[in-house]
Amino acid sequence: MAVVTCGCTLLVLAPLILILVFLAATGISALNWEFFTRLPGAAGEPGGGMANAIAGTLWLISLAGVVGVPIGVLGGTFLAEYPAARLSQMTRFAADVMNGIPSIVMGLFAYVLIVLPMRHFSGLAGGVALGVMLIPTVMRTTEEIVRLVPHSVREASLALGIPKWKTTLRVVLPTAAAGIVTGIMVGVARIAGETAPLLFTAFGNRFWSWNVLRPMAALPLQIFAYAISPFDDWHRQAWAGALVLVSIVLIVNISARYAASRQVKLR
Amino acid sequence: MAAAVPVLIGVMLIALFSAAWPAIQRFGARFFATSTWDPVAGNFGVLPFIYGTLVSSALALLIAVPLGLGVAIFLSELAPGWLRTPVGFFVELLAAIPSVVIGLWGIFVLVPWVRTALEPLLKSALGFLPLFSGPPLGIGMLTAGLILSIMVVPFIVAVSTEVMRAVPPAQREAARALGATGWETTRTAVLPYARSGIIGAVFLALARALGETMAVTMVIGNVPQIKISLFAPAYTIPAVIANEFTEATSDLYVAALIYAGLVLFIVTVAVNALARVLVNRAARGPSMIRE
Repeated sequence: MAVVTCGCTLLVLAPLILILVFLAATGISALNWEFFTRLPGAAGEPGGGMANAIAGTLWLISLAGVVGVPIGVLGGTFLAEYPAARLSQMTRFAADVMNGIPSIVMGLFAYVLIVLPMRHFSGLAGGVALGVMLIPTVMRTTEEIVRLVPHSVREASLALGIPKWKTTLRVVLPTAAAGIVTGIMVGVARIAGETAPLLFTAFGNRFWSWNVLRPMAALPLQIFAYAISPFDDWHRQAWAGALVLVSIVLIVNISARYAASRQVKLR
Repeated sequence: MAAAVPVLIGVMLIALFSAAWPAIQRFGARFFATSTWDPVAGNFGVLPFIYGTLVSSALALLIAVPLGLGVAIFLSELAPGWLRTPVGFFVELLAAIPSVVIGLWGIFVLVPWVRTALEPLLKSALGFLPLFSGPPLGIGMLTAGLILSIMVVPFIVAVSTEVMRAVPPAQREAARALGATGWETTRTAVLPYARSGIIGAVFLALARALGETMAVTMVIGNVPQIKISLFAPAYTIPAVIANEFTEATSDLYVAALIYAGLVLFIVTVAVNALARVLVNRAARGPSMIRE
């Protein structure tokens, strides 16, 4: 049994290693200063970069945070403070289910909700699609962290005659703040690489795009467009873009985990 | 704020339903039974897409479930403590890689390998089966299944490791005391106890596979057809939405694509809900051994 299960483990880890090795090998050779500073070149012509796509992705993530973080953090706090309420049980279940809704469906939802009434694609719609995807992750991690706040802390505050809502806002949440930020980072790492919800919301843009009411570029969209294009130079840039994207995602993800493990140890 | 989540799911259902209404009205249930996909004539049927989605997901589970269970058994029963954390970490890392990057790797590394190595091998060994007939193209159902299995295996590993660890040590010790070997202990004490959680994990993975878009779109070939051969290109519901939505010119075309998305939404919510019920029950532990 040991041999078989060990073999399974190696087989499962093999694609990860293969992907990372290929990414590093192909991506690094395609990375240069131009890639980070220039706009995409004309179709078929070598040169150009993905500066606008990197900026667009950062913009979209901030928008998603504005939508998803308040709902996620406050909702998660409610779940932790009133764990047995009927609403909490329902929400917990709904958040888990929502976590599994395909990202392309989130894109359709944002399309129907925002693109249709506005009649054109916009960064805002992309941000909302990503923000909705952020909610369940942030909510469930916030709930877990807020639960870890010792009861004695809450009781000390309540004993001073401070009302429950103020205790939650001024005592419990600040105590849990570091952990909540970690949870948000894990959520952001998850949505940063999403492509499907952006296809018909943010849509992509070949130029600098700062206006959230206009179509906006994003790194995953650009990688997709370049990967399925017929040009060698664009393939090369797709690998470079993928390397940058994976680096961002993994750095955020791993540092969040590291921070989380340290916080648990401190307690 | 907490109420926002159940409300959001309801709003999604209503929004998608109302946007799909023209197509629902026009095609009704016939939508699922016909294979014509003709945007020019305004005739839409999603049978080939449903077939592609189901077969590619089934293929993915066929590969990922045994492998994932193997890893879960390794992690929860066998691996020494110092190995557990890093292996678990790397498996989760696989889940963190964006699907567009896995798709990129799929196009330039996996597809050529499948075309030149795997498919010729399968053809020469099992070519008498209609499943492995036709020219080895690389892109197609088989590659889509492979890439999906890579993407869902972390979910199977994570959830089944968790439910197997929730099995009380007394169960294992009891089996050991009766003289069971390591494998017998796992088979008779751990697996039955964790069964409902493992089934839940499989359903979770199924929901992921059904809805996975980018990586599949990039390797499946995007041809709406129903072919027995796994070498043949196919198409899935998420892929057709991703590829054709921005090019959909008529309102009916858009509504038909949203109709397909609505079906995907309902199916994945149902599968996920079922999975959660099973996993929650298993994580809570006792009262589940009935035999």
